[in-house]
Amino acid sequence: MTSSSSPGISLKQEGISYIAGADLPALIVNVQRGGPGLGGIQPSQSDYFQATKGGGHGDYHLIVLAPASVQEMADLTIKAFDLSEKYRVPTMLLADGTMGQMMEPVELPEIAPKESEKPWAVRGTKMEREHNIINSLYLKPEILEKTNFERFERYKAIEENEAMYEEYMMDDAEICVVAFGIAARVSKNAVTAARKKGIKVGLIRPITLWPFPKEALKKAADKVKGFISVELSMGQMIEDIKLSTECKKPVELCNRTGGMIPTPEEVLASIEKLAKEAK
Amino acid sequence: MVVFEKPKALTDAPLHYCPGCTHGIIHRLVAEAIDELGVEGKTVGVAPVGCAVMAYDYFACDMVEAAHGRAPAVATGLKRAMPENIIFTYQGDGDLASIGMAETVHAATRNENITIIFVNNAIYGMTGGQMAPTSLPGQVTQTSPYGRDTAVQGFPIKVSEMLSALDGPEYIERVAVNNVKNVKNAKKAILKAFKNQVEGKGFSLIEVVSSCPTNWGMTPSKALEWVEEKMIPYYPLGVYKDKSAEKKED
Ligand SMILES: Cc1ncc(C[n+]2csc(CCOP(=O)(O)OP(=O)(O)O)c2C)c(N)n1
Ligand code: SF4
Repeated sequence: MTSSSSPGISLKQEGISYIAGADLPALIVNVQRGGPGLGGIQPSQSDYFQATKGGGHGDYHLIVLAPASVQEMADLTIKAFDLSEKYRVPTMLLADGTMGQMMEPVELPEIAPKESEKPWAVRGTKMEREHNIINSLYLKPEILEKTNFERFERYKAIEENEAMYEEYMMDDAEICVVAFGIAARVSKNAVTAARKKGIKVGLIRPITLWPFPKEALKKAADKVKGFISVELSMGQMIEDIKLSTECKKPVELCNRTGGMIPTPEEVLASIEKLAKEAK
Repeated sequence: MVVFEKPKALTDAPLHYCPGCTHGIIHRLVAEAIDELGVEGKTVGVAPVGCAVMAYDYFACDMVEAAHGRAPAVATGLKRAMPENIIFTYQGDGDLASIGMAETVHAATRNENITIIFVNNAIYGMTGGQMAPTSLPGQVTQTSPYGRDTAVQGFPIKVSEMLSALDGPEYIERVAVNNVKNVKNAKKAILKAFKNQVEGKGFSLIEVVSSCPTNWGMTPSKALEWVEEKMIPYYPLGVYKDKSAEKKED
């Protein structure tokens, strides 16, 4: 396991790509700050693209988990280790500066240590087996292609089985707010406030950013009039919303960036505007 | 009576090195040291990016292929996670002294209990003969076609001298493999570098002055002469640091 904040994570991308290429389990925690460059030191979600689309060089994915509370920081850390070991895929816990700094009660679950079989590990042959090699180099393109195909078979299984999200007031919703991490907490307040004003709005909070909860969004697209992506960036997750819903319904962006956080009032205004337009 | 056989710590894979390249000799010496200490079953080697990138196929112990220059960081992780195992890296001069300089210096100053075999052939071999941090003043390479101009490209890095200025490392020696006498000496030094680790003494680095006939544009025998006449005068052989021996003298 390793952790850092945005600029440090950029630095680690070389290693992350090698870990993905060598099919090693690992947990990387990114407590995001504003960028690009040295940027700032306030909360941000602007490493979304980097985390969900690969980050380093080559054909690979990370499993990306986005906690929205201190409790989830703990729970998803455990989940991240398990997923990473199960699929031999590096996993990222994508938090932000608020998650890193806030205080909340947290219950640490009792977990029995698990011994997982690792017949591939390099702990010495003990002269009992052929040598193991941890490697990401395949000079023959046919072989490299094969290993990439094999890895993407695992990614397919992950996409089919591991997408996680939370729905809030979505049953009769006509507007769907999509947000993760701290943005989801702000958005929840805005959704509650909008409901008090009689606007039928709900929230989908992706907990896994990769795999992205495509199916949930696709289903929502059939019944809502529009989406609002609330992000602490110039709008990155919005692209995945558009892809998942195949642009069936309009997707608006409600965002702040550079370390700024949208207020519930700003999100509410966005909801009210879309409600008016969608009529 | 068997007078000569292949070390057990080498696999049967045919080496891909150019004819007359001294990488092969150095592989053999490392494997002999592993055999003599009887540690193959608990040894994990770290291969570099460079001509020795496929060393993972040649050594019979468990192997890891590191990113360019990062072998000492990988070795640090392996050793700290598995202190009972024997961990070595095998790195070229581009790998260790250029992109991997930070990893090298910090592993040395932390006195990580690892063994580093540092192959200094004064050039980037694998990529076709570019100037390395260790290329000699005036040396003609692909990227210094008029010879390394120290006013523009600076001076070669003398890794053994530089690291021995640190308090951290246990043992640093520079050897060569251009003649029988030097090969025997190199063997002794490499064996000691592994033995130090077995005894928990700490960071041991053996710089092996090596040849690259292909990219130097020389026949193998001419290349060995060049080692004697040009390389060794600039990179004097000898023990640069031996903390345990210093302690005995006190
Ligand atoms: C980050 C990165 N940069 C560059 C390369 C390309 N590369 C492969 S081998 C090599 C040079 C290695 O030279 P050296 O360490 O001197 O070893 P030699 O081949 O001479 O044994 C380089 C630059 C790479 N693989 N990764
Ligand atoms: S290019 Fe040079 S260092 Fe590489 S194998 Fe050939 S002779 Fe050896």
